[in-house]
Amino acid sequence: MSDEKKNPKGAAENWEPKIVCFFCNWCTYLAADLAGTSRIKYAPNMRVVRVMCSGRIDPQFVFEAFAKGADGVFIGGCHPGDCHYQEGNYKALRRFHLLKRVLIGMGIEEDRFRLEWISASEADHLKTAVNDMVAKVRALGPLNLEIPNEVSAREVTAR
Amino acid sequence: MTTNGKPKVAFYWCASCGGCEETVVDLAENILDVVAAVDIVFWPVAMDFKRKDVEAMADGSILACFINGAIRNSEQEEMVEMLRRKSQLVIAYGACSHLGGIPGLANLWDRKSIFQTVFHDGPSTVNPQGTEPQPKLEDHGRHVTLPDFFNTVRALDQVIDVDYYMPGCAPTPKLTLQALQTLLSGKLPPKGTVLSPDTALCKECPRIDTKPDDLAITEFKRPHEILIDEEKCLLAQGIPCMGPATRGGCEALCIKGNMPCSGCFGPPGRVRDYGGKILSALASIVGSRDDAEIVKILDSIPDPIGTFYRYSLPVSMLRRKKMDAVSSEKK
Repeated sequence: MSDEKKNPKGAAENWEPKIVCFFCNWCTYLAADLAGTSRIKYAPNMRVVRVMCSGRIDPQFVFEAFAKGADGVFIGGCHPGDCHYQEGNYKALRRFHLLKRVLIGMGIEEDRFRLEWISASEADHLKTAVNDMVAKVRALGPLNLEIPNEVSAREVTAR
Repeated sequence: MTTNGKPKVAFYWCASCGGCEETVVDLAENILDVVAAVDIVFWPVAMDFKRKDVEAMADGSILACFINGAIRNSEQEEMVEMLRRKSQLVIAYGACSHLGGIPGLANLWDRKSIFQTVFHDGPSTVNPQGTEPQPKLEDHGRHVTLPDFFNTVRALDQVIDVDYYMPGCAPTPKLTLQALQTLLSGKLPPKGTVLSPDTALCKECPRIDTKPDDLAITEFKRPHEILIDEEKCLLAQGIPCMGPATRGGCEALCIKGNMPCSGCFGPPGRVRDYGGKILSALASIVGSRDDAEIVKILDSIPDPIGTFYRYSLPVSMLRRKKMDAVSSEKK
């Protein structure tokens, strides 16, 4: 455990990845519930937001999570064909692919944004996916989106 | 300077192309009414007033100052801070001032990488001595200075307090005239108002009746790739049109010219991230449920950031490409 918890350079010693999760009410959220009642242990880095459907997840939510300090965003939805509202997870899938290209273009690494189909009974899948994502984000380090104040070129040359 | 009691108005430009200034000229004969009603006390593009003339004015003595262009360097920052003090009302005029605009796309790079491209790597650049602009230079005892070039482009309200926004690249003469009349009438809208209707462009689009209820796009097409039907909804033809996420008020000028909306009016009031909203709208109408096919269809949008944030990258939630990602990709 201690080896995989080693933080990358540039990260404070006690830094822990913060992952914002948007879980569908009808599947992944129930899987997380099941994981809890089954006493399955997994990384405690997730902050779960329950949504009624993965199709409800507006790209603005994802941008806001990153802008406000998340190191990763994890979306959990129903398997294809299983959407409670028929189409929502397909919409989520389409948005996910396009949004991922935008995030990569903005310098946010691919491993920081993840979509998984996890049904209500798949608590083990949830555990594996969460642990895997936390390990990958930990390896990447803090997102560090901060925009530094403008240091004028004048000051730079004076140094 | 005249002291005839007419309200004073100023125009200023920052990082912009000059198109916004053109709109003022495009008021055509109406500009005569404007000039009859106000005194223009500062307008670098058209009139010979200097910075010191503005400095000499009392604080708050200008009724309204129309500022176009994004804030890209320290001179622009200084000028707008001064104009803010001298003006009762500041109007961010045009997309660059309102949202960061086209110059805001430079937020995908930083000062160093932009200088590298412009002064060293450009295909037409001849610069054997590797000269770059210096903020300070001493030459034969004379001291010369240049403004500092910032890493990050900002919209006007990220630098100074802004009272109203006039959207558009460029704003239309009609909206400009309406804004001037509103300001002169003294019946001011609430602070922060964007001076254009708060509805999506689709609502005023002449092609709205041809927009299918269920759109399903199997390939996005760029305007030069097909012969565009002049009557039919552009989205129904597979052309990414930003209309669904864009504020109306331009009277669908581009669509009337048979070109898709590119989003220059920015979002309606309740949207917080324009690009996220249009991305959501366009992705959800992709006509496939298969993972690989969805990726393939979306690949027909070659430049998502340039398409969705063409005018609004600096005011997006992420504001710019991550600084360390820019510096690490250098050769």
